[in-house]
Amino acid sequence: MLRENKCSAAEINADVQARIKEKQLNAYITLSADTAEIAENADNSFAVNWDQHPLMGIPVAVKDNISTKGMLTTCGSRMLSNYVPFYDATVIEKLKHAGAVITGKTNMDEFAMGCASDTSIFGSVKNPINADFSAGGSSGGSAAAVASGQAIAALGSDTGGSVRQPASFCGVVGFKPTYGTVSRYGLIAFASSLDQIGTITRNVYDASLLYNTICDRDRRDSTSVSARSISLPNCSALKGLKIGLPSELMTDEISAEVKKTVNDAIIEMGKAGAVIKPISVPSLKYAVSAYYIISSAEAASNLGRFDGIRYGYRAKDRRSLKEMYERTRSEGFGLEVKRRILLGNFVLSEGYYDSYYKRAISAVELLKREISEAFKKVDVMVSPVYPEPPFRLNKVRSKTERYTADICTVPASLTGYPAISVPFGCSADGMPIGIQLMAERFNDQKLLSAAYAFEQMIGGGVDE
Amino acid sequence: MNDFETVIGLEVHAELNTRTKIYCSCKNEFGARPNTNICPVCIGAPGALPVLNKSVAEYAVKMGHALNCRINPVSQAARKNYFYPDLPKSYQISQGDLPICGNGFLDIMVDGNVRRIEITRIHIEEDAGKLIHDINDTRTLIDYNRCGVPLIEIVTEPDIRSSREASVFLSTIRNILKYLDISDCKMQEGSIRCDVNVSVRRKGEPLGIRCEMKNINSFSAAVRAIEYESERQFSMLENGTPITQETRRWDDHAGISTVMRTKENAQDYRYFPEPDLGYIRISEERIRELKAEIPELPNEKQIRYMNDHGLSEQDSFIIVSDTDKAMFFDKCCETGKCSPYEAAKFMVGEITKYMNDTGTSISETLLTPELLAELVSVTEEKIISSSGAKTLLNLLIENGGNISQLIKENGLAQNSDSDFIEKIAHEVIDNNTKSVSDYKNGKTNALGYLVGQGMKLSKGSASPQMLRDALIKILTEE
Repeated sequence: MLRENKCSAAEINADVQARIKEKQLNAYITLSADTAEIAENADNSFAVNWDQHPLMGIPVAVKDNISTKGMLTTCGSRMLSNYVPFYDATVIEKLKHAGAVITGKTNMDEFAMGCASDTSIFGSVKNPINADFSAGGSSGGSAAAVASGQAIAALGSDTGGSVRQPASFCGVVGFKPTYGTVSRYGLIAFASSLDQIGTITRNVYDASLLYNTICDRDRRDSTSVSARSISLPNCSALKGLKIGLPSELMTDEISAEVKKTVNDAIIEMGKAGAVIKPISVPSLKYAVSAYYIISSAEAASNLGRFDGIRYGYRAKDRRSLKEMYERTRSEGFGLEVKRRILLGNFVLSEGYYDSYYKRAISAVELLKREISEAFKKVDVMVSPVYPEPPFRLNKVRSKTERYTADICTVPASLTGYPAISVPFGCSADGMPIGIQLMAERFNDQKLLSAAYAFEQMIGGGVDE
Repeated sequence: MNDFETVIGLEVHAELNTRTKIYCSCKNEFGARPNTNICPVCIGAPGALPVLNKSVAEYAVKMGHALNCRINPVSQAARKNYFYPDLPKSYQISQGDLPICGNGFLDIMVDGNVRRIEITRIHIEEDAGKLIHDINDTRTLIDYNRCGVPLIEIVTEPDIRSSREASVFLSTIRNILKYLDISDCKMQEGSIRCDVNVSVRRKGEPLGIRCEMKNINSFSAAVRAIEYESERQFSMLENGTPITQETRRWDDHAGISTVMRTKENAQDYRYFPEPDLGYIRISEERIRELKAEIPELPNEKQIRYMNDHGLSEQDSFIIVSDTDKAMFFDKCCETGKCSPYEAAKFMVGEITKYMNDTGTSISETLLTPELLAELVSVTEEKIISSSGAKTLLNLLIENGGNISQLIKENGLAQNSDSDFIEKIAHEVIDNNTKSVSDYKNGKTNALGYLVGQGMKLSKGSASPQMLRDALIKILTEE
């Protein structure tokens, strides 16, 4: 994002706006009305002093589950189709303070539950590489916007892979930082203990700039922690780096194309001086089950507040309070959201709590121990992002198929570790395939340095 | 039914008087205009997150110390999930398996016996909003000001055996909250509320099936609810009707309870650890510091007053129930100028009467502990009579001043001069012929009246005993 005098913020904004109009991807739910004005303000700031925040005047798209004061924030749901927050999320305050131009609110799976951005009440997001394909999800709108130049960078949210997987599908970089380093204040919760705001950018360098802008300890978020800014090194971080590929993430469920991409990536890394070590994390086999139990339990509780009383959708036909609740929630939520609320309430209910929720928590504790043990041998774990290349939007799959496909991304969510998806290969359909890098908690700097070196080596990363 | 007993467990909710709410920085105050003390956090706006007000945890620790509880240096918030319009997040942030205080006890004094009531736990939680049903309309309005007002919930073991014990327990809890200055304890503002669990059994047998009574808004209502419920269960036992576990709503106006929920449709609150808050940690050092801040508590004071000063259970309870009075009384005793027992008589007699009549607190009057001590001592030394003391006390309460000067100015000094007394006695007899003949006809209580008239005549300065003797002497001689 270097543009001292090469072009103006107004020009970038005009270009982005033109691309939004040109390509109908359904990436946005709401567009900002004041982008031209904010870009002009940025240019005025540059005129006074060229030394401005790296995001000054840069068009950034924001996922529609991040609260924006005075601007519709729908979570892709009928339930919040008329909801206008009266406060800004902490990350929005930070973006505004940096002088970024918020382009609009991006489309997503309803309440961030999904992996194809096809459960939104506003329709599916189309993949910019090929509109017949899914952009991935749940932050599909943000990924599609960045991949198509409808934004220079975007914020997404990642609960079980919702930043990394769509980035991989759209051929861009998706970074989920260490849990707690970015404030969740104002992010409409799906699963509080897993939700993490992440970045979707055209390259790793941009990811570091956007991360540095939004990360910080926030006294309004009790789970937030202090974070250090990332500065990417000049020399390759791959030299001497110990990397490992957990055998549990290269099983028969991973498609041949994806396996080949990951293996090729590891060979490339080896060429650059990385030391490859075999590792195994047996409890990864519990990860998906634990993830769906915990995330659904928290979701069931978090989504209880949408009851039609204070804001959002309210059913018209109602004779009693109970009926108002029932109808509002039956009509306001989509199928997938209702499925998870039912699942979540079931695993928390008396008599089932111990055998589901408690056991899931124990499984996560085991997973944390095993993964931190594995990280004694390696600096970075490499794996697929998703078991298959981008799929067609109309592809019919069972729920369990969809759920088990989260196997590669949920481990970083359950442990709170940072992970990044970097584009590398290409499928027979001509669709991008990403690889995932994961590091230990608070090793965001190490992770991004490795990802940056890899990207430089393969000549990836688009720059303006 | 003598071999049957009532078994009672209580859950007391007390609003804490912290400056701000439990999870946000909104003001914690009663009576503000509806929906003015609110923010994204306390009205549960999507995306808003709770941050614990440390004072709330510290207040709970103080109460834990006062009730001899184990203090947990690490405790955890939990969500209690249910739908109701006054609960904007659809869950209340409370505590589950890991409360801030566990296992304690409170010793209360009931009819001369010390009763130990075990405390199961104390936990912190947030209050909900308030529904206002418009009488002219079918609408219900919601005031969210109370959302996020901090509460502690004190849960007892089923150790209480009568409505009288429950009443003493509740009053003692209220007194302790006031002594610790952690709650305003205003029943009419709903700052203390309680739920009551009642069962009955044959003595020595295992616990019976309990019913929980909700919607109890005063301690006297708790007494009535317990009495109603134990009667109801006793008569069921007598008739052989099986008692079923249920939650009942107490209607204090009608004096009856009705079924709210049976066991079959009991609420499942789906508790789980609150993921938006980490563990609540308090250092051992801070726990000790808070313990050091606990003053002598009313129940301890009461036992001291009874043991050291010989006060009765009732009198000592009256004094300790008012922090101002107890402090005043302690200071008065500390002067060492008077007998605490005599001072207590003034405290529960004339002083309490004055306070009740005028609605003032003792600290608002001009009477000081030193003045009371001096007053008691001049009475003890018979410098003034008891009725003179009453006159003097009222003067002191209203104007303060110097005791010896007041005695002089108002002629209150007890006069033991026999000529003076005799003169008064004659005057009384001359002016009260009716009472005199009543006395002579055997109505001995007429004497009391005559003594009173004499005291009045002497402006309280006559020694009542000498006056009495003089009257008897004259009347029998005549």
